[in-house]
Parts: sequence; structure tokens; C-alpha cells
Amino acid sequence: MKVLVCISHVPDTTSKINFTNNNTEFDKNGVQFVINPYDEFGLTRAVWLKEKQGASVTVLNVGTAETEPTLRKALAIGADEAIRVDAEPTDAFFVAQQIAAVAKEGEYDLIIAGRESIDYNGGQVGGMVAALLKWPFINACVGMEIEGDKASFTREIDGGKEKLSAPLPFVIGGQKGLVEESDLRIPNMRGIMQARKKPLAVKEAVDAEAKTKVGDFAKPEPKGAVTMVDADNMEELVKLLHEKAKVI
Amino acid sequence: MSVLVYLENWEGKFKKNTWEAALYASKTAEMLGTEAIGVTIGDLEDDASKAGQFGINKVLSLKGDDFRQFDANAFGAALNEVAEAQGADTIILSGTFNAKALAPSLAIYAEAALLTNVTALPLSADPFTVKRGVFSSKGFNDLSASASKRVVVFVPNSIGLEESEGGAEVSETSASTGDAPRVSVQEVDRVKGKIPLPEAERVVSGGRGLKGPENWGMLEELAEVLDAGTACSKPVSDMDWRPHSEHVGQTGIAIKPNLYVAIGISGAIQHLAGVSASNTIVVINKDEEAPFFKAADFGIVGDAFEVVPKLTEAIKKFKANN
Repeated sequence: MKVLVCISHVPDTTSKINFTNNNTEFDKNGVQFVINPYDEFGLTRAVWLKEKQGASVTVLNVGTAETEPTLRKALAIGADEAIRVDAEPTDAFFVAQQIAAVAKEGEYDLIIAGRESIDYNGGQVGGMVAALLKWPFINACVGMEIEGDKASFTREIDGGKEKLSAPLPFVIGGQKGLVEESDLRIPNMRGIMQARKKPLAVKEAVDAEAKTKVGDFAKPEPKGAVTMVDADNMEELVKLLHEKAKVI
Repeated sequence: MSVLVYLENWEGKFKKNTWEAALYASKTAEMLGTEAIGVTIGDLEDDASKAGQFGINKVLSLKGDDFRQFDANAFGAALNEVAEAQGADTIILSGTFNAKALAPSLAIYAEAALLTNVTALPLSADPFTVKRGVFSSKGFNDLSASASKRVVVFVPNSIGLEESEGGAEVSETSASTGDAPRVSVQEVDRVKGKIPLPEAERVVSGGRGLKGPENWGMLEELAEVLDAGTACSKPVSDMDWRPHSEHVGQTGIAIKPNLYVAIGISGAIQHLAGVSASNTIVVINKDEEAPFFKAADFGIVGDAFEVVPKLTEAIKKFKANN
């Protein structure tokens, strides 16, 4: 079983977000980059497939050389090899074309992507790859078991969950639930040493054009000052919510 | 070129979400100087002609075996076919779980630009530009389509509802579901009697300050009188006090309700990222230094175990008098 795990290289969740160059670009200055949290759940699930079901795990990123430490971290967590498609990830359509090309060439049995990345929150890449390859797509996937050439899943739906199955190959948009928070692995020294020797192939991008154009960025409008209400006067709060905020 | 809108249903029933999408589409059509057409998929219990109250004059229904179970590729392919048949170059979806799953395949089949996480009506027609949330609501970005077609997925509660008079003409149509292998649904398990996130207009949320899962009763009572959904912070979901599906924040669900009541949540940057788009935020915390107060509209410093029941009573009294 060959598993391809898509890894986004994103700012750490504690990052302060600023924009630069006249608000046309994200300011990377002083920002720590990590494996996208949604992808990390999928990566850990893939490593379990390796340990329990003998799968091989390839991690893939579409990005410039600056994302290599993130791929090395994924190798230290337990992936066998890494591929970096050497290109600026201009939009989801461009990235999906790159992933689909790698998947076709490598004859993978399943692709694990994250439900979304925490930088641009598009939630687009996994579903696009599935459509390009004509593989089933299971989004917001919180459980996955593989037996032979079939797999069963649990996914989140509005107000609940759904159990479903699909034949291999398939693509999932994964999240917490594939494994739990406490199952996530911090790379240890041995893993980090091994990761240095694992293969990291750099591929040229295939021809694809972005379908969107990024314009100006802005930070949210700052909130006005908070109105404090006395803990013994909830009638006052209700009045404010009704008359001022008009939400009840 | 027209605007097409997916009018989603849940076990045959429409929700406020559906009509917000209808309104979004008719306002977008007005901006583009064209008309908006609705599409439903699956067997219906409710009457789709209600779309007329939100500016849609024509609704097409896809019914039959192909459409009983959700499949991202199949629904994407079918919607694309209807869009082509109707000459639509703009397709609108409300960001529900299923819509988010099918939008990428729809965009691939339509060779369209996919604009997701959109938080307002389109900003301009040419180039077609939208405002989207990025960095988990820590920023916004203007995004333009460079393809001639576009699929727009907006965040629920972005524009709200305005009803007017009218009824849409509903007729059946057909479309193929493509040739990708489909998933097969075994079991659907929806929690009854609860208002699902992220569509809830009001949300009551609890954090570690509530000390344990056994204390959620008072929070649920408050949610009930407010007609609100319930949510929680990441530590609470990590400790399994509440299900993952209630976790709001950067790595959970991002929500945009009219009212967000945070109880015993300190307001870490990751939590704020998922809720700061809420219109009105009330924070109840015994620590007056809690960072959440800086992001709040209304703050109460006090013990949640005393404040929350008082608030519930006060709302009950208010509702009885109004």
C-alpha cells in the first residue's frame, strides 16, 4: 500500500499575522512555520498504516526550498520519503494539478490531505485532486480503516456524522479524529537523525495556470472598548443585548 | 450568463442556510445584471417555491436514485451540467460540510475559479472579486477570479436574510453524475434537537473554567433559552469533555454567529481565530485579566457557576415580557 500525504507549510497557530509590501503580501518576518495541523493528523494516521499494515508513506509539498525543514520534520515523524514540487504555490488549482501529476506517476493507493490549511483556509486542494484523478473524495474525515481494496470512513456532516465506504484509490480531507491530539508525535533525536538520510526528491512543476489572483490583505477592524456589566445585574446585560447589540 | 445557486436540503428539508444562499445569489445576479436560478438535489419534503421570497424565480430539481446519497464528485458533476445547460457562469454555495466537499470537483469540471471562505457579497463584477477570510479570521483578502467562470462558497451568516413576496416556479431536470467511482453511505447519524455549528445564529461556548463535563447542564440551559448552539474550546474537546464537533477555533470550526457567549474561556489567540468574526461577543470569566475581554463587546467578571444561571433567568424573564 502506497500512501501519499500532502503537507502544507503554514505559520504556527500562535503567530501574529501582519501584512507587508503595501498590504499585498503576508509578512513572514519572525514567523515560525509548521506542518499544517490538519495534515499532521493525517500524517500520523499514515505512519500507523506503515507500522500496522506495512504501508509506505511519501510526504509531498508544493513549495520553494524554504519548506524543506517542514518536510524533514514529517520524515522525522515517520514518513519514508519526501517529494517537493519546486514552485510557488500560487493557488489551489495550481497545487492540485501538481499533486495529481505526482500521484499518477507514483501509483499511490490513497492520498491524505488536510481538510484545509490554516493559512489561506481554502479547503480546496484535496477535492480538486480527487476530481482530477476521478477518485472518491471524503472530506472532513474523522475516521479511516483500510482492508484490502476497500476502506470505511467516518466523516463530519452538518450536525452529526456519517459512516461510508469507498474502493481504493481515494482522497481524504482529514482532521482531528483520524488520530487524537495525544497520538501526535514529536520527532525524537533518532527520528531527526534518520530523517537526514531519507530521500527528499525535488521535482519540476507541471504546466498549470492559477485561476485566481490574490489582491490586497487587511486585518480585521479593531473592536471598540468592551462594556463591562456587573455580575449581579444580568438584567442589564439582557437589556444591552436587546437594545444595543440587537441580538436577542 | 446567469447565476446558479445550490439550494441544499437535509432529509428533504430546507434551512435558513438554503435561503441565505438564495438571497446571496439573487443579489449577485442583480450586480451582474442577470437572473439567478436555483437547483435542488434529492427528494424534497419542503416546497422549493419559497426561493421566490429571496429573489429566485426558477428552481430546477434533480431527483432519483443517483441523488439519494451524497458524493462529492457526483454532485459536482451534476451541478456543472445544470450550470452549462442554463448558461450560468457564476455558481453560489453556502459553506456547509457537503457544499465544501463538492465545490472543488464542481470547479474542476466547470474549469472555474473557486472562491471559498467568502465573508460578504462580491465586491466587484469585473474583475469578479470577493472578500475572503484568511489566516483563520486573523486577516482578510480580496481575491479575483482569473477564469471566466467562478464558484463562490460563502461562510454561513455572512449576509443574513431579508424576505419579500414571491414564489419560484419549480420543475424537474436531469443531469449525469460523471464516471468517478462513488462512495457508499452506510449510516447517517445526526444529533436530534441541537442547532448545528456553524449555521447557528447564536452560540454558547464553554472552556476549562467550567471544571468538568458534568457542569455543562447550566450551559445547555442557557443555550436552550437563547435558541443557541453549543460549542467548546480546544482543551475541552481534547480532554473529551465535549465532542470534537463542538470545538471552535483555529483548528476546529470557524463560526460567524450574531451572538457568541464565551464562558470560562481565557481567549487564546487560536480560539479567537475561530470566533472573532462573531457580530457580538459576551465573555464571562472570573479572571479580569483574561485576554478574551479585549476581544469582547460585553464582559462580566464573575464566577460562571453564579453568573450563568442568573443570565438564564434574566433571559427567561425578558422573553416572558416581550
